[in-house]
Amino acid sequence: MPEFEWQFTLVLLTNGIMIGLMYALIALGFVLIYKATDAINFAQGEFVMFAGFITAGAADMAGLPFWASALLGIGGMVALGFGLERVVLRPLIGRPVIAVVMATIGLAAVLRGTATMAFGAGTRAIVMPVSDEPFQLGPIMLPPVQLVGAGVSLVFLAAFTWFFLKSRTGIAMRAVADSQQVSMAMGINVRRYFALAWAMAGVVSALGGVVWGTMLGVDNQLALVGLKVFPVVILGGLDSVIGAVVGGLIVGIVENFAAGYLDPYVGGGTKDFAPYVLMILVLMIRPEGIFGRRRIERV
Amino acid sequence: MFHREAGIFKTSYAADMALYPLPIAKWAVGAFAGLFIVIAPLALGEYYISILNLVLIAVVGALGLNILVGYTGQISIGHGAFMSVGAYTAANIVTHLPWPLSTFWITIPAGGIMAALIGAIVGIPSLRIKGIYLAIATLAAQLIIEWTINHVPAISGGVQASIQVPRPVLFGIPLKTQTQLYLFLMGFAVLAIIGTSNLVRSRIGRAFIAIRDQDIAAEIIGIDIFRYKLYAFAISSFYAGITGVLYTYYLGIANYEQFQLTVSIDYLAMVIIGGLGSILGSILGAIFVTLLPILTRWFLEDFGWLFFSQADLANMIPNLRLILFGGLIIFFLVVEPEGLNRLWRNVRNYFRVWPFSY
Repeated sequence: MPEFEWQFTLVLLTNGIMIGLMYALIALGFVLIYKATDAINFAQGEFVMFAGFITAGAADMAGLPFWASALLGIGGMVALGFGLERVVLRPLIGRPVIAVVMATIGLAAVLRGTATMAFGAGTRAIVMPVSDEPFQLGPIMLPPVQLVGAGVSLVFLAAFTWFFLKSRTGIAMRAVADSQQVSMAMGINVRRYFALAWAMAGVVSALGGVVWGTMLGVDNQLALVGLKVFPVVILGGLDSVIGAVVGGLIVGIVENFAAGYLDPYVGGGTKDFAPYVLMILVLMIRPEGIFGRRRIERV
Repeated sequence: MFHREAGIFKTSYAADMALYPLPIAKWAVGAFAGLFIVIAPLALGEYYISILNLVLIAVVGALGLNILVGYTGQISIGHGAFMSVGAYTAANIVTHLPWPLSTFWITIPAGGIMAALIGAIVGIPSLRIKGIYLAIATLAAQLIIEWTINHVPAISGGVQASIQVPRPVLFGIPLKTQTQLYLFLMGFAVLAIIGTSNLVRSRIGRAFIAIRDQDIAAEIIGIDIFRYKLYAFAISSFYAGITGVLYTYYLGIANYEQFQLTVSIDYLAMVIIGGLGSILGSILGAIFVTLLPILTRWFLEDFGWLFFSQADLANMIPNLRLILFGGLIIFFLVVEPEGLNRLWRNVRNYFRVWPFSY
């Protein structure tokens, strides 16, 4: 049945694109931090989870409407971003890579423990005021939640591309990433831009948390989407906003095709496996990713 | 004989390289050996000895990771996966091979060598990539190895992915009690400590340190970076493999759930908290990270009822452990990046010329 096969492929492709755009949203937060501060955030998944918990908790416990609780989530994450930068990341400026990596790993543990302690271990729901009815496009079903996620992701992609290319703040941020010393000499307040970058990453993670939380429900497991960020950003390039989206799309499509075509042969689970194999290949062939900037090292 | 020097008075390389710079070091090591090999097994009950066993296993693993991360400067988030390679190698040997091959004399080296092979393969990308890229590559290795073990029945031994392993038999005596196992594990921990302290003073160890400090400069002075990075990965994974086998013997079962990403992070925390590039640091870090959850639980079980209900406590303990664990990692990174080893050295240096410190 060739026609059926074709439909199946199309369904996998659209699902992949939708999920991919939502991965891109999370990866954006990661890229923002790396681009501006040269730090790798291993706690990105926990950021998303924490934002989801704040939003769901506000709706559950205080009975706030969706928009208010989402705003609270964003506000909370901005505050968290500022706070973490001040307490944890700033003392680590200029220290070896492993220090920052380990600090964010530690942060991940703290956030996971705090979230479960404060909000309980049960799964909470975020109810987005959109209908549950999927849009029907021929054989393809599109849940509105995914459409919202994809839309938010695209809007932010455009906004951040503009931000880094045109706005004064964005250009300053790129300068800081390029060389902290020269930026200081040019009169840029490096610390302020570091804090700003973490706060912006907080906003993006909060949106990611709302979208993913609506789709999967909010609990400890939500942090696992953070593990998908690495294939995405390595594919796209660690410091490229557009790379996050392209990488997200590739990972989304690859994992859906793997799940659709390989799972029947190997007994499941390729969805979580295929992106990492792809990532290893990219690391071997082109470590800086598709859109990443190659770094030249000097003694 | 029973003194400390007041400064650095070394006049030859041999003196600088000596394992025991002063007689007192030999005395101290002897005293510790007596305390832990003779007195501890006699004085402590089974439960406390079983905790010490966990510490001993962790010491071997932490030393291995410190060779890679602390001495060679290559970040690895895949230590747990290499442990699982060792564990499953040993478990499969025990189940499938006949008697003389299924003793620990074979399984432990075999587990180590298999893990070293896999580790060297994972280390290959380290020629091209470093820093965070390498960290992410080893993270991928961790997840891929975990997945492979879980999905290949030939390795994992079926649906549960766990294989029963009987306790090792030493000179005809099966090591049934925790105390017997303790002495067995102590042997390996001591071997690992001596092995590491000799390794890092050798040509290989110096090459590792040169690569850590500046890899391009190391290449210029004639160190084959690729070869030594692979050595570092292989040696570190060898230790990890042995740790995995020992842990399997301790548990009596090989199960991939004991070697997941969180374990890799635990070991990274050990070398960070203990002190990167330090043998004493690895030991202190292993003790600290292993005891932290146990002490947290004891403390909360004994004093927690004063403030919280029983149900709250059951919910709190694992979360509090996570928060303490992450918080301590951050604390050490920010406040004392050289870890417990540095704290100990500070104390020692203070008392070196005490009370005439001026």
